[in-house]
Formats: sequence, structure tokens, C-alpha cells
Amino acid sequence: MAQLIDRRPNAKGKSTVNRQRFLRRYKKQIKKAISEQISERSITDIDGGESVSIPKRDITEPTFRNDQGGVREGIYPGNKEFAPGDKIKRPPGGNGGQGRRASDSGEGEDEFVFDISRDEYLDMLFDDLELPNLQKNQLSKMTKSKSVRAGFTNDGVPTNINIVRSLKSAMSRRVAMGAEPRRRLHQLEDELQALQQEVGGDESRRLELEQEIEQLRKRIKKIPFIDTFDLRFNNFVQRPVPTSQAVMFCLMDVSGSMDQETKDIAKRFYILLYLFLTRSYRDVDVVYIRHHTQAKEVDEEEFFYSRETGGTIVSSALELTRDIVAQRYPPTDWNIYAAQASDGDNWNDDSPLCEQILAKQLLPQLRYYAYVEITRRDHQGLWAHYENLLQAHDNFAMQHIREHDDIYPVFREFFRKQTQ
Amino acid sequence: MSDPISTGAEWTFELIEKYHAEIENIAEEYGLDTYPNQIELITAEQMLDAYASVGMPIGYSHWSFGKHFIKNEQQYRRGRMGLAYEIVINSNPCIAYLMEENTMMMQALVIAHASYGHNSFFKGNYLFRAWTDAEAIIDYLVFAKRFISECEERYGIDEVENLLDSCHALQNHGVDRYKRPYPVSMREEQERLEEREAYLQSQVNDLWHKTIPQKEAAEEEAKQQNFPEEPQENILYFVEKNAPLLEPWQREVVRIVRKIGQYFYPQRQTQVMNEGWACFWHYHIMNALYDRGKVTDGFMLEFIQSHTNVVSQPDFDSDYFSGINPYALGYAMMTDIKRICTDPEEEDKKWFPDIAGSNWQQTLDFAMRNFKDESFISQFLSPRMIRDFKLFSILDDEERSELEVTSIHNDSGYQYIRQALSNQYNLSMNEPNIQVYNVDVRGDRRLTLRHIPHNNIPLADTSAEVLKHLRRLWGFGVKLETLDAEGEVVNTEECAD
Repeated sequence: MAQLIDRRPNAKGKSTVNRQRFLRRYKKQIKKAISEQISERSITDIDGGESVSIPKRDITEPTFRNDQGGVREGIYPGNKEFAPGDKIKRPPGGNGGQGRRASDSGEGEDEFVFDISRDEYLDMLFDDLELPNLQKNQLSKMTKSKSVRAGFTNDGVPTNINIVRSLKSAMSRRVAMGAEPRRRLHQLEDELQALQQEVGGDESRRLELEQEIEQLRKRIKKIPFIDTFDLRFNNFVQRPVPTSQAVMFCLMDVSGSMDQETKDIAKRFYILLYLFLTRSYRDVDVVYIRHHTQAKEVDEEEFFYSRETGGTIVSSALELTRDIVAQRYPPTDWNIYAAQASDGDNWNDDSPLCEQILAKQLLPQLRYYAYVEITRRDHQGLWAHYENLLQAHDNFAMQHIREHDDIYPVFREFFRKQTQ
Repeated sequence: MSDPISTGAEWTFELIEKYHAEIENIAEEYGLDTYPNQIELITAEQMLDAYASVGMPIGYSHWSFGKHFIKNEQQYRRGRMGLAYEIVINSNPCIAYLMEENTMMMQALVIAHASYGHNSFFKGNYLFRAWTDAEAIIDYLVFAKRFISECEERYGIDEVENLLDSCHALQNHGVDRYKRPYPVSMREEQERLEEREAYLQSQVNDLWHKTIPQKEAAEEEAKQQNFPEEPQENILYFVEKNAPLLEPWQREVVRIVRKIGQYFYPQRQTQVMNEGWACFWHYHIMNALYDRGKVTDGFMLEFIQSHTNVVSQPDFDSDYFSGINPYALGYAMMTDIKRICTDPEEEDKKWFPDIAGSNWQQTLDFAMRNFKDESFISQFLSPRMIRDFKLFSILDDEERSELEVTSIHNDSGYQYIRQALSNQYNLSMNEPNIQVYNVDVRGDRRLTLRHIPHNNIPLADTSAEVLKHLRRLWGFGVKLETLDAEGEVVNTEECAD
């Protein structure tokens, strides 16, 4: 009779290890593929995984193999009209007449294409990046507590009973409680034996002894095998897990000078930022501020998808940021980051004001302020004023993006892991 | 006539057991000798896992298995690839996997095909008997997995991975074609491990000690030009025993890869026979079930449809053609042998005087036990088969601009086609003949391989990569010489220190 085994409940993913080994080995190629794709990726599906394609020649496993050529004879089924001695023109491609060449590469495409999950994608994308200057300001917001083992207790719920410990303590209790009577018992038994061997011993003493022995035996027998007193329970305590909270201010110019392509690049930059933040920190508040001549706090939807026209006054956004920080995000409790995207246009008299607000009011409170200028033109006033800030403030950074392909490298430049 | 066992398409464990009991009875009546069966129900996902580990139930971790897994998973999810209905493992007990998606008919078919067809082939065929040890394989795989993961802990994943890469590159050249491997159980293997490590190292040291010039020894060695004295075809074995710089654990890893390659070697040599045998028996068993009224007409129709799909041979000019289908060829030959036994014609009596009219069960059993694809075809491919398949042979000589039809399915062609088809299954003609030729023991320790091309077939350009891998294992320079028909070295590839 055969043995019939249902393996279906067994752990799936026996290949997970091997899959991870594969990703690990080709990390470099996969990362390259991902960074090439990021600039072309559409915004809406950025939450999903990614289909990665790496060159097949990199992953082939070489073996000694025969190549085409030489003299070969092959047998084929289904002859219809051939007679011995017939000559046939060699089919194009060279291998038509030789049967299929043994190939370990399957369909013979040049690229090995496969999917990775969202998590794997983000890991690869943001590998080696971190939010700069993160400090655990306060353990103010305890979002989660964790159950940790904390020795043993004498009471608890039945599910937590520790059997080994309970039985051990039961045993030691039995030994301890029985020790005295047992010692006495041995003593009396010895005495009784001596008395019995003695001719004409003391009969009443013998009875007395027997009675006492009987009582002692009963007493020993009455020691309970296990007692509520013996029970030991695994103890767990809840320990709060600190989480660092951060808030990210996204500032974007939506004035008339920002054309659709520029906005598009800015959007992608923020999306990267947002993904990066949500990956790194459990609690990340995001504040979206868009501005033309006036600044306004908006929700994500409006931030990315609505249009405005008009002139540009950057300082309005900076002031709004400052006010929101003051009202809602005290720097003692929050790690504050801000990123500003602009095409560099600003009302000329406003730029010195921006520099001032940043230097005096915002930067001292922020962990990091990143400015990206998205333009193909020359820099204008704002860039020059911002450059003045670079020297004095190491939490200020600025980069220039010209086209889609720059987004990812610039992003990496901003958030490269700082080596201490 | 009894009632059918089941009427619906759904399977249950009780039904599988009932079908199995019937199939077991029938197989016993047909005299199939098998290992005990272990039938395991798995999901499609688990089937993909099994695919990736080339059918080994337990495998060590390596990225190439991950690559296969990803590839298969990808194709499966896009609907480009169906999964095999079963996988069967040559072990004792013989493990067969059934997929939960299968219908009841399919489960019965798989049991007949794998648990009785393949199983009896594993137990009976001389190559499997000589080359694999069904008792020990699971233990050995467990040992290998544990050993390799211990090595990873001790020496780092990268180190082990690189070593395995190099071994895999040479796995096909790690087979001993003539010597019978010695089966050992896991415990013995473990016990012998340390002993072997010490011994191997001392042997190697010994070899290189001899290279320190000593007067008397030098004279003696001058006589012996080559080391090894005879060319060695088992490159991995040679490396395991003689590579000067390998650590003991590395030798053990080489050995593991070599042994696993060896375990799969018979499967590569008996594909036609093995599948043919299994198809032949599932066909007979399923028909016997039907004859006994155990299954319904619908069941039988479903069976015939999938059976026909499996054993069909598209013509060479069909879109579906991808070489000769081993299932089709094997099944047709097994059936043909039965026909020659039970219903021989004049032609068969002339071609097969020994088996025409003999007891078909005994004859088939004999054929199953004592042949591999190559010899099986050259022994049993009948003119009738050649006509049925309309086989013809084509000569493709690189130096000529046209292909030539050398023979077809007619009187003068039978013998020729039979021989040519047999050659097509001769592994040594399909794999490049590369042997260890010499080690420069007294010089720079360079290892020289020799490639002797068969019919001028050149070596694929992957050889340079393989040489790098061999260079890593050997530790010193490696050279590959290609000979021409006269035995002269015409080409040299080298991977220096």
C-alpha cells in the first residue's frame, strides 16, 4: 500500500532562499535596470512592484557545449517527398536542418525579465540612502508596544503555563515536604527492625512504632503531586517601541512659468521622496504647500493634479511653512524636512527675502532642506541667493535637474548615506 | 462488471486510495516490480519549487535554482507554460508528486505512469541500479544541504557560491562512465568525511612533495611524462583528488556536486526508454481499469485525449515540431515490441528472430532492464516503426552548401536510420569529449585539457568561461587544446595564472 501524504499545508516558498540568492547576486544589474526605469515610470503605478530586465548573458551558466557546425546527421519524422540523395538548400538561420540546438536559455531572448515585489523594488531603489540628520527627538509618540519575555511568574493564564518549570517546582516541593517525615520514617523503621530481631522485645513499643510508621507513610502519601503553588507561568511584558516621527514639507511652484513637463519632473521627485519616507519611518506626516504669488496648504491630490497660473513669490511658501511648523510641528518633537521644487523663477525682490527667511527662521529648525531647480535655462536670482546658504548651513542642499533622467541621480545625491 | 469507482472529476483522498489499490492490483498482475510508493499531494506553487530544484526533494541553496524558479514562475504566471502533471523521484520509497489542480482521472493516470511506470523502471534498469542508490539519495541530499549551509556559515556565502558556480560549470564532466560508484548512507558519509578530508589532503601533499627535486626521484620521474598517466574524462573527480590548493571542505563540495551530477546521469541516458515504459504501462493499466468496469466512459475519453497529446509526434515541417518526442518514440517502440511478440509478421521474424513470438511481458522486461536509449534503439527499432514515423536522415556538412537526404524509410535505409537515430541518443557524441590530459607537475602546475572533436563539431564559445571556472578550482593555469582528426593540436585556449 502506498503512503499518501498531503504536502499542501507545508511551508511554501522552498525556493525563497534561492530567489533571494539570485537577487543578491545580481543586485548591481537589477539596481541599474531600476534606476534606468525610474525616470520613465508612470506616477500612478509607483506603488506596485517592478518588472526588471537584465541582460541574459550575465546570468548564463557556462558549460562545455558543442557549437553548430561540423558534420552532423539528424533523424526527422514525417518524410513526405524526400528520396535518398536529394539535396536541400540550407534553411536560413543555419540551424534549421540540425534540430534545435540544446540551449539553456529557453526562448533565446537577450533579456531575462522578471518581476520583483514592491518591497524588493523599494529596497533596491533606496539602498544606501537615509534621511539626513535624523534624531530621535523624543519618545513622544509611542505607536506600538511589543510583547517581550520577562522571566516567569507565579500566576497567569493557563495558556502561559510553563510545564517544565511547574513540574520542577512540584518535584522540589514534594522532596522538601517529604524530607522530614521520610527521615523520621527511616529512623523508626530501623528501630522497628532492631526491635523485631531482639528476642522478647518490648511489645508495646513495637505497636507504637508500627502505628507511627503507618501515620508517617500516610503523611508522605498525602503530599500532592502538583499544587497550584507549583505553577509557573511564562511572563510577558509590554515594552513600548519608540518610533521616530518626521514631517516632510513639499513645496512646489505651480505658477504660470512652470510648464507641464517641469511639473511632471517635480511630481516624480516628490513621489520618490514620499516612497522613501514611508519606507524609512513609520510616522511620516507630509505637508503639501503649493504656491504662485500666494501659498496654500493642499492635500496630495490637489498638490499633484491641479493647475494654477500667475506670478511667483517663493517667500510666501516659506512663510507658510514657518507658520505651520510653529503651529503644529514643534521642532523638539518632530524631525522636519522640507523639499522645494521650482523652475527657478521668482520675483526678483523676493529672492533676498527667501534667503533671509531660510537662514534665520527655517533652517535652524529643520533637519534638512533640499532645493531642486528644474530648468533647462540658466539659473536666475533665486539660485544665486540660495547658494549663499550652502556655506553656513550643512542641512541645506540644492541640485539642478535638467531632464527626467536626472531625477534619480539627484535624489540619490541628496540622500546618500552619510558615513560618519 | 462492477460499478465505477467514481463518476465526477473531483478527487478526494479516499478516491485516490481506492484507485491506487486497483492500480496496484493490476500492476502486480502485470508483474511490475516497484519500490514502495509514497504519493504526495502538492500545490502548483510547490510544483514550481520542485521544478527549480531539478526534482530534488531537498537541495542546497544556490542562485541558479533561484533563477530557474523565477523563470518558471514568470512563464507560468503569464500562461506560457503548463506545469507537468507529476514529478517522480528515484528514491526508495519512490516519491511521486500529484498536483492538486489535477482531475481524478489525471491523478489516476499519474499514479499509473509515475508510481508504477517510472518506479519500476528506476528499480529495474541496469543504469539506475549501477549508478544511483535509491536507498541513500534522500539521506545524501540532506547531508549535502547541511554541509553546504555549514560551509556558508563558516566561510561566507560568496565563497561557497563561487565554488559551486565553478563546480556546476563542470558538472556534466563530473561523471564516471565506467566505474561503479560506491553507495553509502548519510551516517557513513558523515563518519568518513573527516577521515577523507585528512587523507585527501595528505595525498595531495604527497603528490606535490614529489615535485621537490630529489636526485633519484628525478630520474624516475623523467620516464613518466604525463600526470595523469591516462587521460581522465572525469574532470571534477580529478580536481577533487588532485587540485593542489583546495581546502578539505572545498573538496567535499566538489564531491557533492559531482555525486549529484552522477545521480542524474542515468536519467539523461534513458529518457526515451523511461518515458516510453511509463506511457506503455499507464496505457495498459488504464485500459485494464476500464475493462474491469472501474471507470466510466467519460473518464476513458478524458484519458485518451491526454494520452494522445503526450505521445503525439509532429512532423518535421509542423509548427509544433521540436525534435523527436521521447514519449512518442518510447511509447511506440514499447508497443511495437509487444506487437512483435504477440503478432509477428514475416519481416519481424527476419529482423527479430529472437523475440518474434516470444512472451511479450518477459521480452519487455528484459529490454527495460538491460538497455539505455542508444542501445535500445539500435536493438529494437523495427522497420515498421521507421515506416510509421516516416523517418529520414539528413546530413549537414558545414563545408557543403546543401543538406543531403542520406536515407529514408525504405529497405535500404532501415539499418542506416536505426544506427543514426541510436547515435543521436549517444551522450558521448552529443557532449564534447574533453579530458584531463596532463599536469605540469614539475613546472608551473598548469593543467592541460584536450578536446577531441567528433565530426569536426566545434566547441561553443562558452569554453573560455568554463576554463576560468576550472582555473579557480585548480588554482593554477589551465589550458585547453583542441586536436584535429590526425591528433595534432590545432587550437589552444588558455586561462593563465
